[in-house]
Amino acid sequence: MCPRHVPIFTHPGRSGSELGMFPELNNLLNTSPDRAEQGKLTLLCDSKTDGSFLVHHFLSFYLKANCKVCFVALLQSFSHYNTVGQKLGVNLTTARERGQLVFLEGLKSSVDIFFHPQEEPHPLRFLREANAGSLQPLYEFVREALKPVDSEDTTWRFPVLLVDDLSVLLSLGLGAVAVLDFTHYCRATVCSELQGNMVALVHDSEDAEDEENELLLNGLSHQSHLILHAEGLATGFCKDVHGQLKILWRKSTGRRDRSLIYQYKIQDKNVSFFAKGMSPAVL
Amino acid sequence: MLESLLAIGGLVLLRDSVEWEGRSLLKALVKKSALSGEQVHVLGCEVSEEEFREGFESDVNSRLIYHDLFRDPLNWSKTGEAHPGGPLGALRAMCRTDSCSITIAVDSLSWLLLHLPCTELCQTLHVLSHGNSYPGVNPPVGQVRVLGLLHEELHGQGPLGALSSLAQTEVTMDGKMGQASVHILYRRPQQRPAYQTQWFSILPDFNLDLQEGPLESQQQPSSHVPLVDPTTHLTFNLHLSKKEREAKDNLTLPFQFSSEKQQALLRPGPGQSSSHIFYEPDVYDDLDQEDPDEDLDI
Repeated sequence: MCPRHVPIFTHPGRSGSELGMFPELNNLLNTSPDRAEQGKLTLLCDSKTDGSFLVHHFLSFYLKANCKVCFVALLQSFSHYNTVGQKLGVNLTTARERGQLVFLEGLKSSVDIFFHPQEEPHPLRFLREANAGSLQPLYEFVREALKPVDSEDTTWRFPVLLVDDLSVLLSLGLGAVAVLDFTHYCRATVCSELQGNMVALVHDSEDAEDEENELLLNGLSHQSHLILHAEGLATGFCKDVHGQLKILWRKSTGRRDRSLIYQYKIQDKNVSFFAKGMSPAVL
Repeated sequence: MLESLLAIGGLVLLRDSVEWEGRSLLKALVKKSALSGEQVHVLGCEVSEEEFREGFESDVNSRLIYHDLFRDPLNWSKTGEAHPGGPLGALRAMCRTDSCSITIAVDSLSWLLLHLPCTELCQTLHVLSHGNSYPGVNPPVGQVRVLGLLHEELHGQGPLGALSSLAQTEVTMDGKMGQASVHILYRRPQQRPAYQTQWFSILPDFNLDLQEGPLESQQQPSSHVPLVDPTTHLTFNLHLSKKEREAKDNLTLPFQFSSEKQQALLRPGPGQSSSHIFYEPDVYDDLDQEDPDEDLDI
């Protein structure tokens, strides 16, 4: 008896992980992958807590929105982002293979620059330079990655640059003005010229003595259209409320609701948001 | 308000912050200058030309000359389009025109301060706003007004103070409860500095809408709860009656040594049993018959 091949239909159900990203955050920002605004710079910052959940959110958001994403990942390895991305419903390996995702793995390529000969200028060449002056090679890398290519089969919606994170560049010896120049050029190319979006994370050390970081954070805040600031609670660690998110819309005159504050709790595959003091744990 | 800001001339310093941005006010001033017939030059470092011109009508846009320092300020594309004198050279070149009076909007002075020495920038601004002649440069024909946008948090006290002292008018953005305001300092020549605070909002077409102040409706009405005297129904006495007060005053305290007490101790009262001390002197005792308390005044 020959085995019958039964075709298995996978029903494209809308389970939680299918949606990807954090739907509640989309509601707060009044956006969704199919109607995302273009030409915007979003600044993510965190103080006294870890704001990387915002990075994972935007990575999966823009991949779901069918955008071409250039991810300058300086903080974690590719497999880390891939693991978290899978919980949010995106597969970074697949995205990279089909050309949707250009991934600069800072941890790996910074080692390459010391041990392997480089023919062409390496994006992180500043690591080898005694007086690290500019991030122009990194900017050239981003521009190459996101420039529209006619030969590609699939056309992506718009380009997105994601950086995790910019404070690492300060720790690696660059000045705040050099990093601001890099973001300026990226903004000019990605947001203005290509009408894409840019998302960058900066840590807010709240340390008044770290002048370079303050300058970077404030300088970038002035250039941003949207600022998401994740803060730990002033009262310390709490099991049910992990932190507070301040949302500030800038550069929009005549808009009444310019800022919102919500508290949040990070779960395994989702982040739930609620108004201050309205956590389900305390009601 | 816009007329008074534009009236003095010289350098108008617009100080803004992350929370209260000043570019909309800068654009409102640019629009006002353009509509009053002046030629307006914009040195744009922070936003693209499209974004700066957005919201202006065509008659304003036609009078606006945008010098683009946004796309490639550091000449990374090596096309050689940059002005030979850099941004400051571009600023000085703007003055060499034949028109009677011009307005230069610098967006922003913060960008220039971060990339150029403060002294050079201050010298250029001084020359522009006071109309003195540079050696080798023809003096400007008419009045030059410079509108400079400055982001306060990005600079230390030194550069901020230097620019502030150069400015004839200083406008600081502020606000409360979603309502924007400005604090204006006028430095008119040979007059005392004048201060003014004005609440306002900027309409989408960059006209100004002056306002009174944030609405105070957020305040709670004072609760009309009748005051209750908590001492009315007590189970204990908080006050003393007159008799009780007298008795209290007459009472001698146990450890207070008054004269009555002294007498009472020295002369035992009739009811008191006097106490005796029986002492058997020891062999080695040296009995002194003198009274050791003789010198005491009792």
